[in-house]
Amino acid sequence: MKAVRLLAAALLGTTMLAAGPAMAKSLVYCSEGSPENFNPQINTTGTSFDAARGIYNQLVEFERGTVNVIPGLAEKYSVSDDGKTITFNLRKGVKFHSSKNFKPTRDFNADDVLFSFNRQWKPDHPYHKVSGGAYDYFNDMSMPDLLESIEKKDDYTVVFKLKEPNAPIIANLAMDFATIMSAEYADAMLKAGTPEKVDQEPIGTGPFQLVNYQKDAVIRYKAFPEYWGGKAKIDDLVFAITKEPAARLAKLKANECQVMIAPNPADLTAIKADPQLNLLEQAGLNVGYLSMNFTKPPFDKKEVRQAVNMAINKADIMKEVYQGAGQPAKNPIPPTIWSYSEATKDYDYNPDKAKEMLKAAGVENLETDLWWMPVSRPYNPNAKRMAEMMQSDLAKVGINAKLVSYEWGEYRKRLQAGEHQLGLLGWTGDNGDPDNFFFLLGCSADGKPNAQNIAKWCSKEFNDGLVKARTLSDKEQRTAIYENMQKIFKEEAPWFTIAHSTVFEPIRKEVVDYKVSPLGRHEFYGVDVK
Amino acid sequence: MLGFILRRAAITLPTFLALMFITFMLIRLVPGDPIEVRRGERGISPERLEMLRHEMGLDQPVWRQFLDYVWNILHGDFGTSIISHEKVVTEFLTLFPATIELSLAAMLLAVVLGIPAGVIAAVRRGTPYDQALMGAALTGYSMPIFWWGLLLIMFFSGYLGWTPVSGRIDLIKYYFEPVTGFMLIDSLLSDQEGAFLDALRHLILPAIVLGTIPLAVIARMTRSSMLEVLEEDYVRTARAKGLSPFRVIGIHALRNALIPVVTTIGLQITTLMAGAVLTETIFSWPGVGNWLIESISRRDYPALQGGILLISGIVIFLNLLIDMLYSIINPRIRHAR
Repeated sequence: MKAVRLLAAALLGTTMLAAGPAMAKSLVYCSEGSPENFNPQINTTGTSFDAARGIYNQLVEFERGTVNVIPGLAEKYSVSDDGKTITFNLRKGVKFHSSKNFKPTRDFNADDVLFSFNRQWKPDHPYHKVSGGAYDYFNDMSMPDLLESIEKKDDYTVVFKLKEPNAPIIANLAMDFATIMSAEYADAMLKAGTPEKVDQEPIGTGPFQLVNYQKDAVIRYKAFPEYWGGKAKIDDLVFAITKEPAARLAKLKANECQVMIAPNPADLTAIKADPQLNLLEQAGLNVGYLSMNFTKPPFDKKEVRQAVNMAINKADIMKEVYQGAGQPAKNPIPPTIWSYSEATKDYDYNPDKAKEMLKAAGVENLETDLWWMPVSRPYNPNAKRMAEMMQSDLAKVGINAKLVSYEWGEYRKRLQAGEHQLGLLGWTGDNGDPDNFFFLLGCSADGKPNAQNIAKWCSKEFNDGLVKARTLSDKEQRTAIYENMQKIFKEEAPWFTIAHSTVFEPIRKEVVDYKVSPLGRHEFYGVDVK
Repeated sequence: MLGFILRRAAITLPTFLALMFITFMLIRLVPGDPIEVRRGERGISPERLEMLRHEMGLDQPVWRQFLDYVWNILHGDFGTSIISHEKVVTEFLTLFPATIELSLAAMLLAVVLGIPAGVIAAVRRGTPYDQALMGAALTGYSMPIFWWGLLLIMFFSGYLGWTPVSGRIDLIKYYFEPVTGFMLIDSLLSDQEGAFLDALRHLILPAIVLGTIPLAVIARMTRSSMLEVLEEDYVRTARAKGLSPFRVIGIHALRNALIPVVTTIGLQITTLMAGAVLTETIFSWPGVGNWLIESISRRDYPALQGGILLISGIVIFLNLLIDMLYSIINPRIRHAR
């Protein structure tokens, strides 16, 4: 018994010690996993991007908490009249971090920009193959197809020449893959025979420099005092890697961390009620949809697709599946993106009319499949439940849907191959440009659907708009085109648009100026703690 | 003795080969390769997929990949993680100390509490002591680890605030680079005041959670083994000689009763490894269990194969060790086979 009391006393003692005053300002963020490494050019997960974001800058960047593109390492940029030349004027006096292996001898300049893009672009670049070099995002955003050349005009001017005018490229360049790394550091590591260090022991220009990373445990950063935008308000930033959402919340409540990612939806009510916590929310940059495969009759008939739109009770899905954490979708793009058409009128839930339309189209006792993905996604927390609800709604209008699912990778592959008739999927935006959503319904010049276009629906007018809007840099002109495309989309109804989900992030009350990013980012420059 | 060891070691060789083959095949039977898995909704064009597959050597026939794999293992090369591009052995060695630390703490707890509990239950057979202890053991044995861990966190960390929720040390107050990878040792080496106690506080809950099942098993085994021994003639003789109850139970009975308990402890090593996967996830404990789970979901073939092979190797080695220990306690088995 005595021993028990002693142990209790020891425990209590350490608990009290732990409550002592903190010296430097620190913030602990409960993150959900370990980064692949610290180079956003080769990484693919949000976790990895978050871990590297504070370390680096891009030429242009997203304003924190928005999708607005603002100047970053480029003070300003200009686009030529033909839209094919973009000139970036680089910021002067920007310092790189230093580490035990590297001390920079010069400020950031055009060579760093060239290095950062050429590494990803040129297969013969000495760094191209380092760390497995797949550069998924660089390729996914079609950069090799867009770029004609990148040239250094002088130390502080870089000129991007494009093969064709492309307005969305500016938003692409604000994405993480367009991170600017130090050419001098890369040279030094290449000479030392350890080029992969560039990706593991990062040197950037960003507000935080990496102090230490212990896999699956912790990432430590400290504020970079010479940051060009001014030193960060917090001195020490710590990512406490905590994979289990319930454990993250318990840590947040115990003040072991002050910001956490991805709470369990079931915990939201309790978080709202907790006086020590703030539950921040933001409309997510995403859309969940049910695609109807145009190549599988009778879904080639517009009337059938419209009937499906009227047969499914969206309000019930919002209540049951999203539990209020989302808003019904009527357009293929979320309302947070410019050019969103308020004028679009969604189909009303009307099973009787749906039945009539099916009958008029000559469709009776339709047997179909309905695919649901086996994983929870930001735009669709529970696809199985949703599919069941849709199945029962469709049964009421005489459509007998068989539920189908596959392992997630396999699922996407088969949907892209167009094996389904009705298939659930969705999209989370990369950069806030409308093109980044509309391309999901894109087709090639000869009228063949692109791989991501799982509705396999091609409309010449829609696709011409998509292509034309890319070449225009005038936002108003683009908006007009996109609004028209939304009209065509709704009339043709290749998708049943379901919802745009809401992103929730609980933080402690002590945290000041934290902003939830519609892009799912977690950024700590500008954040303070009371 | 040497003959015995060699015989036992020879048996492990086919086990190893089978393991290599099974881990290699199993992960490949799961649909989706490492490239497809990391692609989001965007998917990947068939040409690019082919190119990346080729670069990773995934386009080779499976038997060819397997032979390469075996060849590399024989040369001591466990491969490089597809995700982090670190050597699998390096990653394993970085994370394994955390798993050992947790497992040792759990085992210590299980032995220190389990054996006395079993002895008390046996000696007081049929009394409320026995019933309470065995009831508790049965409950512990049936406990779903995940639920049990969360429950303890909610009560001790959330409600009472006695223990930290997760992790291995207070991240704000203490910072030192790992030397041995064992937090208890590193915290002592760091010379930072209070670091050791803080590391200990972080270890308590995970050790309890991981130790619960072994504790229950050991307590039950000790009890039944003790009951058997207590009936033996020599125990009766010892009692008749007028030895104190402590000597009778502690020396004459317990020593003999421990033989099957030691085997049980050995068998619990696999339970610990399996339990570590869950416990590490709940408590964000940066060990190999956590790492393997991640490797599965990312289809990190080399990490998963290497990791499982290394862990299995260690488990096989420990079992060999237990066998030897057992043969020392009970010399009869040396000649049995």
